[in-house]
Amino acid sequence: MKMVVAIIRPEKFDGVKAALAEKGIVGMTVTEVKGRGEQKGISLQFRGRSVPVDLIPKIKLEMVVDDPEVETVVATVRAHGRTGKFGDGRIIVMPVEAIAKVRTDETEVSGP
Amino acid sequence: MALDTGDTSFILICTALVMLMTPGVGLFYGGLVRRKNLISMFALSFVAFSVVTIQWFLFGYSLAFGTDVGGLIGSLEFFALTGVGMDGEGIPDLLFMAFQLVFAAVTLAIITSAVAERIRLSAFIVFGLLWTTLIYDPLAHWVWGGGWMSELGILDFAGGIVVHISAGFGALALALVIGRRVGFGQYSMDPHNIPMTLLGGALLWFGWFGFNAGSALAANGLAANAFVVTNISAAAGALAWMAASWIRGKPSSVGMISGAIAGLGAITPAAGFVGPLSAAIIGVISGLFCYYALLFRIRRGLDESLDAWAIHGVGGVWGTLAIGVFAVAGIGGISGLIEGNAGQLILQVIGAGAAIAYAFVGTYLLAKIVDLAMGLRVSEEEEYVGLDISQHGESVQV
Repeated sequence: MKMVVAIIRPEKFDGVKAALAEKGIVGMTVTEVKGRGEQKGISLQFRGRSVPVDLIPKIKLEMVVDDPEVETVVATVRAHGRTGKFGDGRIIVMPVEAIAKVRTDETEVSGP
Repeated sequence: MALDTGDTSFILICTALVMLMTPGVGLFYGGLVRRKNLISMFALSFVAFSVVTIQWFLFGYSLAFGTDVGGLIGSLEFFALTGVGMDGEGIPDLLFMAFQLVFAAVTLAIITSAVAERIRLSAFIVFGLLWTTLIYDPLAHWVWGGGWMSELGILDFAGGIVVHISAGFGALALALVIGRRVGFGQYSMDPHNIPMTLLGGALLWFGWFGFNAGSALAANGLAANAFVVTNISAAAGALAWMAASWIRGKPSSVGMISGAIAGLGAITPAAGFVGPLSAAIIGVISGLFCYYALLFRIRRGLDESLDAWAIHGVGGVWGTLAIGVFAVAGIGGISGLIEGNAGQLILQVIGAGAAIAYAFVGTYLLAKIVDLAMGLRVSEEEEYVGLDISQHGESVQV
């Protein structure tokens, strides 16, 4: 199992969510976050005065999926989250050791 | 007629009530935009109030209510309130000036609907000054200041033509010039704070009692009639819109308060001429008309963002025509179609048509000129970051 963390533009979130659902990826945890990448945010210019906007609002999605689904998730987020401009975000894939359900005693351990 | 202290105290209170409508519009609109533009939306209403206050006392009042020049505009005899004194007929002339000022201010605030989330503050200040001077002041003069509309006998009790048609159709023209928001129609631009919108709507409803009842310019029976029909029309509009939207889905609270404002906008011109039952009919029809106008706007892909046109414009037109149908001689001294006077309806059609044409074409040209001269719109990057930060350097979140 893998944890896919995707940090995307807030206005792209609805489209990404719908596209993932179409591929059968429904479960996710969503957080409103702020961040910056290589561009260090945006700097606006006002008649010589610069107004730095350091941290820009983003949406963070966290999804735990089986290994074969990782590629689908990454491709879908890319396809529906992209504008081609700076600030489109990142996708991070991490290994998951186990997931345990709270409602039941069920525990699923990642296979080799 | 000497000064009347009862009338004076009543109009003082009404003036303060109507003032509260301008920040009310700010809250109403502020809740409907995305969070990054809340401060901007609220601030635009305060800017509108401040700009119009200065414009109005310097020359706006005189252009609207000074001695008639050719039926088109007032003279500059009251420049900087020269000769506008503490005495008057019933109420002090100064108080009448102030009462009219708060109307002009809320009208400009309503227009900010068209430019939500994308206007440059500096361009709005220039546009607002020109719009109030070149569109609002002449219309106010035509209907209320002794201009050609009042000569013909076209009626507008509290501002269906002057306030709502001018703001609604002006907003439509302005939206066409400034263009759609980036991403309009592609991704969700849902309201970020509905309770704030409801609070703004509540302040509007509250202030509207001063708006309409105060337009009797005296604490008398006509004011009481205006007060009662205003409330009935608002309630009928709220329920009608809610019912119409319920059929298509859920009865949203934003729809309900929008319906109330549609009912309020429609009864405004008619409040001094129609009775309670007519007010209920006017409100119901307004709620339905304005709701379908909103659906039409969305279908056409028009980004008149917060529906000044669908609600104020369409509601104002309907109310202006409704005078010609429902007016009762026993209330305002004028009969409508139902009492057998078709002539008034024809006059109202002329008045509404002329106001639509003047407000739409005039605002379109004015917006084009301001756009060419200084640019109405922020850059795409500023729009993305939001106007709170890009225009004011402030943010809702820490």
